[in-house]
Parts: sequence; C-alpha cells; structure tokens
Amino acid sequence: MDHSIIEKSTPLLVLLTLVAVSIGGLVQIVPLFQIESTIEKVEGVRPYSPLELVGRNIYIREGCYTCHSQMVRPFRDEVERYGHYSLAAESMYDHPFQWGSKRTGPDLARIGGKYSNDWHVAHLIDPRSVLPHSIMPAYGFLLDKELGQTDIDQHLATLRIVGVPYSDEMIAAAQADLTIQALVDADTDDLLARYPKAVTGDFDGQPSKLTEMDALIAYLQMLGTLVDFTNYDTSDLVQ
Amino acid sequence: MATNDSHKPDIDPLTGVETTGHSWDGIKELENPLPKWWSITYLITIAIAAVYLWLYPSFPIGKDSLDGSLGYTERQAVAARIEEAKAAQSVYVDQIASASLQDVAANAELVSFAARGGQAAFNTNCAGCHAVGGGGLPGGYPVLADDDWLWGGDLEAIYATIQYGVRSDHDEARYSEMPAFGADDLLTSDEINQLAAYVLSLSEGGADPTSEAGVLYADNCASCHGEQGEGATDLGAPNLRDFVWLYGGELEQVAGQIVQPKHGVMPAFVARIDDPTIRMLALYVHGLGGGQ
Repeated sequence: MDHSIIEKSTPLLVLLTLVAVSIGGLVQIVPLFQIESTIEKVEGVRPYSPLELVGRNIYIREGCYTCHSQMVRPFRDEVERYGHYSLAAESMYDHPFQWGSKRTGPDLARIGGKYSNDWHVAHLIDPRSVLPHSIMPAYGFLLDKELGQTDIDQHLATLRIVGVPYSDEMIAAAQADLTIQALVDADTDDLLARYPKAVTGDFDGQPSKLTEMDALIAYLQMLGTLVDFTNYDTSDLVQ
Repeated sequence: MATNDSHKPDIDPLTGVETTGHSWDGIKELENPLPKWWSITYLITIAIAAVYLWLYPSFPIGKDSLDGSLGYTERQAVAARIEEAKAAQSVYVDQIASASLQDVAANAELVSFAARGGQAAFNTNCAGCHAVGGGGLPGGYPVLADDDWLWGGDLEAIYATIQYGVRSDHDEARYSEMPAFGADDLLTSDEINQLAAYVLSLSEGGADPTSEAGVLYADNCASCHGEQGEGATDLGAPNLRDFVWLYGGELEQVAGQIVQPKHGVMPAFVARIDDPTIRMLALYVHGLGGGQ
C-alpha cells in the first residue's frame, strides 16, 4: 500500500491520526459513562466531616499516600489481615482517591478504631517508640500546628462542585463543626446528625488545643468504619 | 533522508532482499518480513483476548458490562477461597467456637491450634501496643506475658477485654476512671507527695498504715486499690505492690499519676475480628505466661 500520500501531507497525517486515536478513546471511555453498576449500593458512606477533611488534606500534604495504600484488595490474605475488601462506594467522596498501588507501610483503608488515639499520637511523634521495626518518619510537629480560623467551608463548597453532597447547612456550620468534633464533652448532636459515626473528643492529648494532629487522627479513626458489613453478603456487593 | 519514489522494487545487491526504498546517507533499509513465529504469537494473543472477553467479565456495554460465560467475579472468588480455608480449619475452629474456653484449654490439640491462630491474629491486631510476644510498651501498654492483670487474667476475663476493649466506645467496654486528685484539687501537693512515697513503700517495704500518709491512702485510694495495695481487677485498679508500673515507678511519675491520671484505651475488637479468632486470641494471651 502506498503511504506516500499520507506521509507527504501533514494535514492529512494529523487528521487521520486524530481519527485513529479517537476510535480507541471512544471504545475505551464512552461505555464507562453509561455504566451504572460500578458503585455498590451500600449504606453509611457519607462525606467527610470538616475535621476529617482537614486531616485528609494533611494526609495528602505530608505524602502519606506515597507509602500507605487505602485499598484492601479482594484476596484472602488481605481480607484476613486488614478486614473486608474495599468497596468503590467507600471512596466515592474522595477527590482524589487514596487507593495507591505501593505499600511501604501497611494499608490504612480500615485503620479506623484499630488503635487508641494515644497510640496514634505516640506513633506519629516517634514511630519506633511503639513499632520498633518501623521506618516511618516522625510527624510530632503536627502537635504544634494549631488550627484556627480555616477556609474549610470553601473546601466543602469546592467538593460540592465535583459532586460531594455537602448541603448549605453543612457548609455554613463547617468551621463550628471543625472545632466541636475535637472538644471534650461538647454538644455533638448536630455534628453527628450531619456526619454519622464521626469520632469525637480530644484526639491529640491536648484538650485545650485544636491541632493538625487532632485532624489527622480524626481522619485515621474513621477510615473504613462507615459501612456495616454485617448487613451485606458477597452477592450484594458484586458490581 | 532521501526517498526513492520509483515504484520499481529496489533490490539490495548484497542480500537480494527488497528495500523499503528509504535511504539514509546511502544506507538502505531492508524490507524483511516479521519472523513467522512472532506473527503467529501475535495472532494467538489476539485470539486469546477474544476467548478471555467471552469467558470473563470484561467490556462495559450500556448500563452493565459483559458478565462472561463463566460467571466469575473476583469478589465471589475471594469469598469462596475464604470459605474453603474456613472449612479446612473447621475441624478445630468449630470446637473452639462452641466449647467453653475452659474445655478448649483442657484439650491439648485445640490449645496448640489456638496458639498458632491466636499468634497470627495477635501480631496483626495487638502487637502494635502490646508488642510481639506480649512484652508491652512503656507509656501505658501493659505487659501480657506476666501475671499482673488489670482487668483479670482468667480466660473469660481476657476474652471479654478483647471483645469490648477498655474505655472504648463499646457499651460493654471495661471502664474505670481514677479521680484527678491534684488537677481537681482533691488533695494538696504536699499530701500527694506523701501518698506517692507511701505507694512506693507498699512494694518496697516500710509502709505504715497508721502514719499520716497511710491514713491518706486508706481514705482516698484503698477503696479501689485495696488496703494493702493489692488492686482490684473488677475495677481495673492496678496492683500497687508488685513492682509493675504502667506509667513508671519513679516518685514523680507516681505523683504525676495521682495529680492527673493517664487512662489507657483499648479498642473493642468484637466488630473487627470474628468470634473464634477472639477466642483463639484469649487462649494465646492466656498462654503467654501469666494466665490465671
């Protein structure tokens, strides 16, 4: 076949290249827009509370994802070690998701509730103090970084643009909720109505201060706890 | 690059192979076909892809995706593999799950199975705080390999502690709270210093219950920690006379604990680990050295 016509005409080459690439793109991408069954129908998954969201932002800022995945894969050894395999639904409000593909440290998808707050503080200050074989860097400085007035309401509003169902009420109360979640003996009824199962109370061992440590631990303590898997069996979770 | 535009085949004189007609600095590219084995392998992979597409869940079509004629899903496969493993273990696990912990403990075969299963679960779930082997960690993470128990060291007590945790958010959690004698101004700092010295003397010897400090102890501490400092496992009140100190045995550490006590928290594992595994954990911890 004579390619010389195409090879000698740049516009024709560009045009035909575009056509070829488009076919590949259309075949691979367009069907995914139509599909309805990628996200399992499970109850309990909710948007992050303001404090958890700040913690998540710190998690991303500090690059925790470079060593920790958040994806329990559907293998027997992983399920036995970490708990139920992760669902797509559990990260549907993650922008960006933190699944990861490299584990230097353990998977954190179900770390919530596995350790006490005190343990997390001790571990973040000096990982070797509790896990002698750990090679994780220390993050004790988070204890000194206080969270004052933040722009958290704008984070919620921004996430709403990409589809996270934050209500006007949630956005208006964001700064207040941020503070209340880490207070000891605060009235958390409204907070828990908006964000069920949120872990409340002092996280960092400094009840008088609201720090980045509070936020990060609040985030870690809710990871993987939202879906009650006793309500579902495998056939409910097939995508 | 110069291009030979003639449509006449250009034969390389040396090899007798047709060239592509392209020439770089006088070097011409030979038009050799792909090796036959390569082309065939390539075609086979395409054929395998078609078969795979037909057998396994693959391509999204409309609102759903092709399910594949085998009906395979990763999630059902892992469920099946877990069931299979459970079935293989059921000869032991069923007995561990249904018999009383005492009966299990009396059966050497079951104890040996539970020790291995419990060890695996312990290293995953417990060793972060209690250390591999149950050696504990400084700063309030108790040693499990000794016979000093905060909440009881018999099988049932260990089993309950693992299930519901200590000061966790579970309704059945073990819970106790020591008053903050200093922070809440229940005692003066002078009294606290006397008390701390008295508490140390409970184990080191020379404690005089009739002394001023002894009376302070009897009034403020003995109701939980016992008159001789023997502790009470139903209240989670530590034994004060066994040289085992959760938060340090120096005078100022003991005084600090009276001023503003630290309270350890252990999560409830009842929702995290299945019941037979918790039973195996209880048996494993019981067997670490100090089980009662």
